[in-house]
Amino acid sequence: MKENTEKGNTVLVNIDGREVAATVGSSLLDAALAAGIHIPHICHDPRLTPTGACRLCLVEIEGERGFQTSCTRTVAQGMKVRTQTEGVRASRKNTLELLLSEHCVDCLTCDKDGDCLLQDYSYEYQADKARFPNVAPAAGEPNYTTESFALEYDPSKCVRCQKCVRYCQEVQMAEAITMANRGGSIEVSTGIGISLNESSCELCGGCVNVCPTSALYDKQAKGLGRSKDLKKVRTTCTYCGVGCQMDFNVNPKTNRIVRVTSEVGCIPNNGSLCVKGKYAFDFVHSPERLTTPLIKENGEFREATWDEALALVGKRMTEIRDQHGPDAIAFLSSSRCTNEENYLMQKLARTAGRTNNIDQCATTCHGPSVAGLGESLGSGAMTNAIVEIEDVQTLFLIGANPTEAHPIVGLAMKKALRKGAKLVVCDPRDTWMAKRADIHIKHKPGTDNMLINAMMGYIIEKNLHDPKFVEERCENYPAFLENLKGYTIEKAAEECGVPAHLIREAAEMYAKGTPSSIFYTLGITEHSCGTNNVRNLANLAMLTGQIGKRSSGINPLRGQNNVQGACDMGAMHMALSGYQKVTDPAVRAKFEAAWGVTLPTNVGGRVTDFMEHAGEGKLKAFYCFGEDPIRSEPNSTKLAEDMAKIDFLVSQEIFMTETAKLADVILPATCFAEKDGTFANTERRIQRVRKAVDAPGQARPDWQIISQVATAMGYPMSYNDPGEIYDEMAALSPNFAGINYERIDKVGIQWPCPTKEHPGTPFLHAGRFTRGLGLFQAIPHTPPVEVPDAEYPMILSTGRTLFNYNIANMTRKTAAIEHKQPENFVEVHRDDAAAIGIKNGDMVKVETRRGSLVVKAHVARKVRPGMIWMAFHHEESNTNLLTNDAFDTTTRTGEYKACSARISKP
Amino acid sequence: MRRCARVGEVMAIRTKPDPQSYTFDGFGSGRYPNLMLRGAGELENWQLRTYEQKHEGYVALRKALKMEPSAVTAEVKTSGIRGRGGAGFPTGLKWTFMPKDIEDRKLTRYVVCNADEGEPGTFKDRAIMEYNPHQLIEGLVIAGWAMGCKLGFIYVRGEFKWLVDKLDAALQQAREAGYLGRDILGSGFDFDILTYRGAGAYICGEETALLNSLEGRRGEPRVKPPFPAVKGAFGQPTTVNNVETLAAMPPILRMGGDEYAKLGTPGNTGTRIFGLSGHVKRPGLYELPLGLPLDFILNDLGGGSSTGRKIKAIIPGGASAPMWDASAFDCPMDFDTVKARGSMAGSGGIIAMDESTCMVQATLRLLRFYAHESCGQCTPCREGCNWVTKILTRIEAGQGREEDLPLLESLVPRINMRTLCPLGDAACGPLESALRLFRPEFEHHIRQKTCLVTGTPLLASLGAH
Ligand SMILES: Cc1cc2nc3c(=O)[nH]c(=O)nc-3n(C[C@H](O)[C@H](O)[C@H](O)COP(=O)(O)O)c2cc1C
Ligand code: SF4
Ligand code: SF4
Ligand code: SF4
Ligand code: SF4
Ligand code: FES
Repeated sequence: MKENTEKGNTVLVNIDGREVAATVGSSLLDAALAAGIHIPHICHDPRLTPTGACRLCLVEIEGERGFQTSCTRTVAQGMKVRTQTEGVRASRKNTLELLLSEHCVDCLTCDKDGDCLLQDYSYEYQADKARFPNVAPAAGEPNYTTESFALEYDPSKCVRCQKCVRYCQEVQMAEAITMANRGGSIEVSTGIGISLNESSCELCGGCVNVCPTSALYDKQAKGLGRSKDLKKVRTTCTYCGVGCQMDFNVNPKTNRIVRVTSEVGCIPNNGSLCVKGKYAFDFVHSPERLTTPLIKENGEFREATWDEALALVGKRMTEIRDQHGPDAIAFLSSSRCTNEENYLMQKLARTAGRTNNIDQCATTCHGPSVAGLGESLGSGAMTNAIVEIEDVQTLFLIGANPTEAHPIVGLAMKKALRKGAKLVVCDPRDTWMAKRADIHIKHKPGTDNMLINAMMGYIIEKNLHDPKFVEERCENYPAFLENLKGYTIEKAAEECGVPAHLIREAAEMYAKGTPSSIFYTLGITEHSCGTNNVRNLANLAMLTGQIGKRSSGINPLRGQNNVQGACDMGAMHMALSGYQKVTDPAVRAKFEAAWGVTLPTNVGGRVTDFMEHAGEGKLKAFYCFGEDPIRSEPNSTKLAEDMAKIDFLVSQEIFMTETAKLADVILPATCFAEKDGTFANTERRIQRVRKAVDAPGQARPDWQIISQVATAMGYPMSYNDPGEIYDEMAALSPNFAGINYERIDKVGIQWPCPTKEHPGTPFLHAGRFTRGLGLFQAIPHTPPVEVPDAEYPMILSTGRTLFNYNIANMTRKTAAIEHKQPENFVEVHRDDAAAIGIKNGDMVKVETRRGSLVVKAHVARKVRPGMIWMAFHHEESNTNLLTNDAFDTTTRTGEYKACSARISKP
Repeated sequence: MRRCARVGEVMAIRTKPDPQSYTFDGFGSGRYPNLMLRGAGELENWQLRTYEQKHEGYVALRKALKMEPSAVTAEVKTSGIRGRGGAGFPTGLKWTFMPKDIEDRKLTRYVVCNADEGEPGTFKDRAIMEYNPHQLIEGLVIAGWAMGCKLGFIYVRGEFKWLVDKLDAALQQAREAGYLGRDILGSGFDFDILTYRGAGAYICGEETALLNSLEGRRGEPRVKPPFPAVKGAFGQPTTVNNVETLAAMPPILRMGGDEYAKLGTPGNTGTRIFGLSGHVKRPGLYELPLGLPLDFILNDLGGGSSTGRKIKAIIPGGASAPMWDASAFDCPMDFDTVKARGSMAGSGGIIAMDESTCMVQATLRLLRFYAHESCGQCTPCREGCNWVTKILTRIEAGQGREEDLPLLESLVPRINMRTLCPLGDAACGPLESALRLFRPEFEHHIRQKTCLVTGTPLLASLGAH
């Protein structure tokens, strides 16, 4: 329940003789619980519409007949409530005894022992399980979960509270499960009794998390430890940029993560997780983890000691630096790793390495956001907080598929929709959101600027813009206005391949929203015109004044858990931590004083430059930390050839990746479950990562490895713990100066946070842009580098899916995920499929100028005709063999979203 | 195989999809005017032209459309009519609960006719739909006009497939004649009606479960508040009324609320259709003013016991109503007096059981019905009914224990008034009353292992159910 003690927003309720202040509209049960008054409740969850089904929360309300369920009653001023009368207690006891009669009570062998509401309440009320002889359904009968690898349903433990079903319907909106039968025989099932894996289940595990007993439990966790033996370690998810707070349930006896749960009320995810957060942790205990340093000799890896490996790295890196100059070496930091490690990595590059050749994967994804928004507004981050999303009135999604790529942001949007928000989706595919949109603009990939320009022209024509905002807060408007002239709605309709009226309606809906907010992802950035796309979205927001307020702004949803943080920490070619420019002498002077070195003055290269330089033989040594460019960069074949030309390649990794295989030295690292630190999520919230289990073998925390490499390279570094690193960084970076581990122990803080008293910044640009005035820019439409022609007549676009994460070397270690998404596929429009004579499920050959793959065809109408779409999760069928190594002109981000292709029968 | 065999007949009024094979004798008492059963029994009575020519069809609608909607509601209030679906809530008052400010809040509103008729012993709504569908349609349009609805639904019990077809045909006739659809009778009022067939669950007669089912969800009651008038079908303000309630609207408007209120007794006005079944000579549907004594219905109209044996017990208002023994047969049949005498007038289904009826088995059969029909959502009902059934089963099977009766009696107050919807209470009615009135029969089953009524030994019957 939200804390809200403002006058007028609260009422006073008398509960058991105590005056309790409660928020208007909250339930009596929530009000009581918040005041520490305990009322038993099995079917209640603050995220769900109350049903009043379990009948345990009965109370007496003065002046009303009989008993009332406190979960379904809203508080009212002056209400007098009694929660512990003899009558209600007897009734609760009876209800519990009835529940026990249908329950197979065997707490002795139950995984939930110690964390079970039925157990707690039965004890509290001393319910007699013998009063009604047991009629629990037999355990072990096949049901909808029998074939699942993720979860297991045991009807003999089910108290029929339906929280699982309601969560699935109301919050996740997957509608995979329901109650079957009626009366005493009701039980959870899929709609028509099919197995869970075949259903619309998204494997979010929400149903398991809400279950008050062991009826729904994580299958892999069974028998690995009772709840009362498990220790919960709160940490931040390592997958997408939402930064969900989750609890590793660790069995200290076995040093194993048994399962993952999340607590209702936590920020930003309020107890919800997606399939990756919930289930994709099997990689932590994978036997494939790297456990000792490896040195390559004569083309073969051999095990080595840490001293040996570190000495070799130190020697070769310094040698090459001194022989070929600092710019012949480059460092690739990792947006998967912590802020502390990224800070150290750029420090390593700039001190021991003496180069600004430091980058991380932001270039591959949101480089254009950092650049484009930085230029237009002064800050490249998401402008609003995730909790604000539910109050957006018009959601404008372009090139974003949040229910798959950022599922918890997707949940917030679903909540906004339930609250009545309007939805505009511009996407060439029928995504979940597109299917439920008020307006879906299914435009051709690569025509975004055409569309946005036409919308803005129309907004001005209809006087729907905000001239006051434009006048007072922005600049360069005339040049921008001039450029729009060439972009009529009709022309855009033609070029984008969508009806003109949709563009008009979308423009109106966005401009009129009170408020509206833009959300975009890689559908915008991963184009050769990516930065321009971003600049133009900034134009759109400024033009309509839909920015700089609560629930209103422009929100790039960051892809990786800490890509925001990696940028924040200065793992970038042109900035130190806190976006302080390397070219600024004052900045350099500050860092030089702190680090005791002279810093390089020239701007460094980006990862795509590194690869080019490698191909040209200019890059001699490459230190690659927690990244697998061969799998993640476009045109993999050429990339591997280029990498092979590097003299000395170091890979600091947890798995033997494609890139690691090419390395001269491999340093085994810890994963996020084995170390402390912080991540910054997509909404700029800095959150704690905590060690839950010990690392395998000799693997070391990355921050230690980096310090040791620096030392071996002649620049001594030593820290006792990551907190020390954080404090050093914060002292040098005004944006983060007010944050320390103590302040973010419970809830993370959103930067900017300049002082210890500052509460953090939920939304940016209130009253004034970070840049001062917002910069309008004239943005032309430019087509993708490769456009369809006679030889390759189709457009191939690529992206992520819900079940796997990027190159999937972590997620695919989880059996349930492999079960759900075992192989690569291509989405083909049914007309195109018919033209070459293939059906849904057939194999099809996809070719581009760079390579070809044979994959399974998903034939439907999800994509536009003439377009195909693939994910890039499957190592054995690497989609990036096909993608084009054409790049954004500003940030050198790859054009993953559009290249020319053809399909044929294999 | 059944030992107490006669009970079977009592409950055995089955729906047969052939209207000509109704098993009861007739419609109406012949002594009081029929307002809703006009022409019942004649197969062609359902046709629009019959309704127009013989039964003043759609006269009331013309009249209503010339009145302000609020005046129509006022007329209904004056009539004093109380809902015939079971709860007996004043209909006019219910209609005023619909919000007034729909234009601002951009809400639609709906009126829903509850034609789920699932209460054992109740078979009146089907007769209205069978013989007088246009009267129901007319009533629904009037209700739509009074409450400012654009759309009405008739939610029909799944087994009444042929009635859905008949209603659809009647609706089409009404549309063609301008009584339904756009600009009804030139008044500018647009209103249409859709039929919707249930899937065979008693609980879908409960209005909020009905709404869930209508929306395509699982038929489970919703918690109230919010009441349907605030948040009903598809989240919009909705009023749910029984078939008989709505079919009474045309007569009320034709004769005027005052005149209608003269029928029956003050506070319990008008006529209602009693369905008489069980051990009586002339079972059937009798439309009567409220307030006539049960004796009169049983004996004068029903012809008394069909078996020559005395009537031992009566269920006065559908299966959910607590039973009566002969001491209550003098009770006037209106909502308030029946309630004061410990039962409820409910849906007007009167079931008579003679002395040869084993009350243990009768109670078991009733409770088995509730256990089977419980939606399973809330604990006391789901498990409570289940348990009561189990305990009764073992008593009936000769395996009852001395503790069983106290156990049953302790369950009643813990189910009653503690469930989410009234189905739990409904199950308690027959159970509590049977235990109170016919306790010796239960004791005899438990102690003697024989049936007090038939003398049959019980042990052999294990598994017979
Ligand atoms: C378990 C249960 C079953 C019900 N079945 C019916 C039914 O079949 N038909 C009906 O009209 N009302 C039924 N009701 C009553 C309805 O909930 C509702 O009160 C009624 O339709 C209102 O109409 P009225 O105001 O015209 O009586 C049932 C109620 C309960 C609790
Ligand atoms: S679910 Fe709870 S009550 Fe049931 S056996 Fe497990 S711990 Fe015990
Ligand atoms: S895992 Fe999630 S999507 Fe699947 S059934 Fe459970 S709640 Fe629904
Ligand atoms: S499986 Fe769990 S959450 Fe679902 S109904 Fe049963 S007890 Fe409730
Ligand atoms: S009382 Fe019975 S029928 Fe009504 S909601 Fe509860 S379980 Fe369902
Ligand atoms: S918590 Fe209120 S009825 Fe279950």
